[in-house]
Formats: sequence, C-alpha cells, structure tokens
Amino acid sequence: MASGSSFLSTVPQLMEWGLRGPKPSSSRAMRLKIGAVLGFLALWSIVSTAVVVLKLFNPIFFPGPWVVAGALVTLAMKGQLWGHIGATLERVALGFSTGALLAIGLGLPSGHFRVVRNIVEPVVELLRPIPPLAMLPLFLVWIGIGETSKVGFITYATFFPMFLTTVHAVGQMDPLLVRAAQSLGARPSQLFFRVILPAALPDMLTGLRLGIALSFFVIVISEFIGAEQGLGFLINDGRSFFLVPQMLGAAALLGLFGYAGNALVRLAERRLLRWQHP
Amino acid sequence: MTKIQITGVSKAFGNGAPALAAIDLDVEAREFVCLLGPSGCGKSTLLNIVAGFLEPTTGRVLVDGAPVTGPGADRGVVFQEYVLFPWLTVAGNVEFGLTLQGVAGDERRRTAERYLDLVGLRAHAEKFPVQLSGGMKQRVAIARALANSPSIILMDEPFGALDAQTREVLQEELSRIQRVEHKTIVFVTHSIREAVYLADRVVVMTSAPGRIKQIFDIKLPDVRDRFAPEFTQYESEITRVVKEEVAKVRE
Repeated sequence: MASGSSFLSTVPQLMEWGLRGPKPSSSRAMRLKIGAVLGFLALWSIVSTAVVVLKLFNPIFFPGPWVVAGALVTLAMKGQLWGHIGATLERVALGFSTGALLAIGLGLPSGHFRVVRNIVEPVVELLRPIPPLAMLPLFLVWIGIGETSKVGFITYATFFPMFLTTVHAVGQMDPLLVRAAQSLGARPSQLFFRVILPAALPDMLTGLRLGIALSFFVIVISEFIGAEQGLGFLINDGRSFFLVPQMLGAAALLGLFGYAGNALVRLAERRLLRWQHP
Repeated sequence: MTKIQITGVSKAFGNGAPALAAIDLDVEAREFVCLLGPSGCGKSTLLNIVAGFLEPTTGRVLVDGAPVTGPGADRGVVFQEYVLFPWLTVAGNVEFGLTLQGVAGDERRRTAERYLDLVGLRAHAEKFPVQLSGGMKQRVAIARALANSPSIILMDEPFGALDAQTREVLQEELSRIQRVEHKTIVFVTHSIREAVYLADRVVVMTSAPGRIKQIFDIKLPDVRDRFAPEFTQYESEITRVVKEEVAKVRE
C-alpha cells in the first residue's frame, strides 16, 4: 500500500476512496489530531474566560487550562508532585504486574487442562460479577490502610479480565499446533512456553491493555481512602480544600499515564506480533 | 524388518458406532504405504492412532517393537492444514524440533538449510508463514518433519488443500525426497492417482466401520510416469475396488 500517495491499486482502496474521498495522508491525519486537541483546549479556555468576564459563577469552580497547568507546576516546584506521581505509578506497576502474572500463570493451565479449568473457573465466575469496588472496604479491613491493600486491590481487580482473556486465548488456539509440537518431541513445559504462550499472546495482550486501564480506574478510588500520597489523594485533598485546579491537574495526569500505558502495550504488540503483518 | 505393527486395532467414538474395526497391518522399514478410501472410512483415525494422538479402543500399535503410548519425535507428522507455527520464521519452524532437543544454534542452522534446500525454499528462510502460499507452507511442513530426523513420517492428506498443479509438483518432490531420505511413510489420501504415483503399497479401506478391503503392491519403477500403461492399469484396477465401496455408502 502506498500511503501518502493518492494512487489506488486495490479494490478496497478504490471503494474506500469512492465512499469517503481520498484517504488523508498520515502527516495530515496527525495535524488533524493535534488540531483537535488544541481546539479542545481553546474551547475550555474560552468558556473559563467567559465565566470570569461575564461573572457567571465563582471562577474557582472552573479554572482554565493554564490555571490547571500552573497548579501542577507549583506542586512540582515545591517538590511534592513527584512523590504523588511516584506513589501512584509504583502501586499501579506492582499491582498490575502481580495481577498479570497470576492471570497468565493460572489462565494458561486453565485454558489447556480441563481439570484445572473445572477447579478454577467456578470460583472466578462466582467472584467476577461482584464489582471490584465493592470489595475495597473489605481489603482495608483485612489488610489495613497501607501499601499492601492498595497494591493488592489493583491485583484483585485486574486479575479477572486478564485471566478470562488468557483462558479464552488458549481456547481459541489451533489444537493442531499442540499436536504438531508433540510429534516434534515437545515436553509439557516446552509445550507451554514455546507453543501455547506464543499462540495465545495476541489475545492476551488485549487483556493486558484492559488490565492497565482498570489499574488506573481503581487506584484512584483506593487512594481516596486513607492515603497520604498519590494522584487520587491529590484529587481528594483538592476536594477538601476547594483546590479545583489541583483536582483537574491530577485527573489530567492520570489520563496521560493511562494513555502512555496503553501506548506501551501497543508498542510491545507491534514488536511481539510482527509475524502477523511482516 | 517390520517398522510399524498394527494388530487388532479398532476405534469407537462416543456415539458407539465403530469408526475402525480390527485393523491388522505391518509396515516395513523404508516402505511408502498409502491408506486409500472414501471419506469417513477411518483412514485418518488410523493415522492418528499411529501418531499417538488417539488411543485405540482395542488392539495395539508397535513401533520398532515398542508400544505407542503418545506422540513422539520418532514419528513426524505432516497435516493437511500445514500447522506451521505462525510466530516463527520458515527457518525457525524447520529448526523447531532441534531447538526442543537443545541442539546448538550452528548445527540447527546447517540442518535447516539442508532441508530448506531439499524443498527449494532456502531463499525464503526468513519469511513468516503468513507470507507463503499453500504449496510453500506444505514444503516447510515437510522440511520441518524431516529436519527432526524421525524414522517414520505420517502424512494426513497433506496435499488435499492444494490446487491440482501444485499437488502434482509436490507429489514429484516427495517422491524425489523419499529416494534420498528413505523414511517409512504412511500417507493418507483419497486420490487414487496420488496413491499409485507415490506408494509401494496401496491399502484400500472400506467404510463404516473402516476395514482393510484389499492391498495392492505397486510394482512400478521409483521414478513413475503418470501416463505409462502400467500406471493407468493400476489406477483403473484400484478405482474399480474403491467404487464398490463408494456405491455401498450411497445405498
């Protein structure tokens, strides 16, 4: 495919052109995307300025983007911001990777051996419909307010989607791949690491992306309750003291980190799954 | 020397209707045997039992005198659906069995190159399976089976998914490879021409339940001519026997 040129060489390209007009070049698409983000920021600025100028309501409720950025810069200058970011990222990294290891470690054998699945799946299916947030107070009661309960809660919440996608991924793989490997002499451990794992990887990576998104979703709430650090704490702290710029700033940072986490897995996908589109 | 000894092997699946009934068959070392019959005659089931993928309901299979208890590296398998590992390159697929054994990288590469040369795919070593045509994939699968140096190769309608031209080319290549490698081959097919072209012996099977109906020794030269009168003679003789079976299924 000749991207960036208007040359139409295949039927799908021609149809696409007929239905939607010529495909914008990738640099043009990038300009559009950046433009959209700038447009959003501009609209936000205009509205927040209008609030000040027209005296619609107390502007403290709706600060403009530069005020939010200013609040973050102030926090950074005071040296507080890094501690909060570090705390949140560390919890997410620990909780997510433990969840992923458990989900893969249990999911691969559950997908492959019917016996294991019959033991593990009923328990998972019983716990899964309970919204993870319903279990948060229990975590606090059982483990306490410290780091362990926050990390543990992320592990708990992210385990389910990652476990289920792993089981599904193994179920979807071509069973003949296992036979082919066995008749080439694969022992059970080799079968797992050299056949089942790579065959299930594409769907498993989708599960990992879900897991990362969910990590940021639940960390905020567990940081609302009994934390002295973290972006969730910043938001809750901002609520107590009416620091709306701080609340919006911390939320924006969470958004950025979630986006970065997703981009990281996509990057890994592109490297690990090069065989799908060489 | 008897390589594979099949004694009283039958197989019934869940519904109780037997798919195979009491098969006795000996395959000699270096012999090329084709299992031929209408679809549903249990020829693939028999092959899967020899491969160790299925357990027989009764009877047993001995390979070199030892009972088959599961799949193993002594019996290479080539599937109709190729079943390459899509995440490995062509070379990676061919080296796979050697990697499992822990053979050193240099030796692996040399072996893979040799077998890729044999199937004419040396130039494609670094490609991934998605980049190959069906015929090329099956060549890789054959090279992968050979590189692991099994004494037996089991082939389950390996050329069934290929177009007629590619199919004939691959039959010629397989016949040439067998003249170099001298493996014991059990080859499942429903093509009579293919069986006569490749086999030392053609085992015609009946359907529902599968039994051995008749065995033909193909006394033709190693390099065969599909248009020789002797070839057509075998073809029509076997066709007549197979037709009886197909007619029975229809009734």
